[in-house]
Amino acid sequence: MALETGVVAPEFGLLATPDQKVALSEFDGPVVLIFYPADWSPVCSDELSVFSAASRLFHARGAQLLGISVDGPWCHEVFKEQRKVAFPLLADCNPKGEVAKAYGVYREDDGTSERALFVIDRDGKVAWSEVSPVGVNPGADGALRAVEALS
Amino acid sequence: MSERALLSIPVGPEDHSRGPLDAKLTVVEYGDYQCPYCGQAYPIVEKLMTTFADSMRLVFRNLPLADVHPHAEAAAEVAEAVGLQGKFWEIHDTLFENQRDLSAAALLRYVADVGADVKEATKEIADGGPRQRVEADFESAIRSGANGTPTFFVNGVRYDGSWQYEPFAEYLTQVLDGS
Repeated sequence: MALETGVVAPEFGLLATPDQKVALSEFDGPVVLIFYPADWSPVCSDELSVFSAASRLFHARGAQLLGISVDGPWCHEVFKEQRKVAFPLLADCNPKGEVAKAYGVYREDDGTSERALFVIDRDGKVAWSEVSPVGVNPGADGALRAVEALS
Repeated sequence: MSERALLSIPVGPEDHSRGPLDAKLTVVEYGDYQCPYCGQAYPIVEKLMTTFADSMRLVFRNLPLADVHPHAEAAAEVAEAVGLQGKFWEIHDTLFENQRDLSAAALLRYVADVGADVKEATKEIADGGPRQRVEADFESAIRSGANGTPTFFVNGVRYDGSWQYEPFAEYLTQVLDGS
């Protein structure tokens, strides 16, 4: 079960590059966590392209986008460069899927995460979430509306 | 579970539209002139227009993914500028048919090729109107839950199936039969 609205979002510190960690608590404004199954899969690539293009709409409302998958930081680095992803991709790989588990979106069957979106408010609580079928790219409309509802 | 994504801004008189206004099927495509998948979808959409003829209306809106497609925004602005001269579909078709070269020089050539006034189009672009229109389309795409390029909405609902001819035609037939 994905974490419910109103609960405190679990803190994490994950590598955003091979030598730089990012913690949830570093961000003052709302944060959108984009859990996706894997770098390079066609659906994930499209999803991240759409969020990248939409990032200016989120930034205009003071929100930060963070992608998270179980891939390692080296893999993220190449994927991010090749797909021109405009926000950090965090490596939930050590131990694998720990953060996905904390948010209730780890898939034991194949060792990846659900395709899930969480909007975390300024108080660090889950304000909105959505879990999509793994094969369906959700688009950015729900998360954008949730961020707008916070301001 | 995610809800079905719905078109945030209904089709209106401002839209670029082909086919009868009272068609039972209104297909809105959010597309990017540099996106290879949109290029592949272009002849498929043309074929669907032929198949469904009087039953289908096609609307095109811009969703340029500029990070991955560096010429997409300029191409979209050119299309809008030429659209102001009443030749939107001519330039739309030309851009998809010449997707491999969307350089600035090529774009101006296409404007001339479709018989539009290059000077006027250039002035419109410099004045910023086409850019605002493209940005408005982009935002409406994001708010509608467009999830890649191309994204299609059929009668206001995002179509998540394959846009290859057979499955898309089958879906449109179902919608038509149900209407």
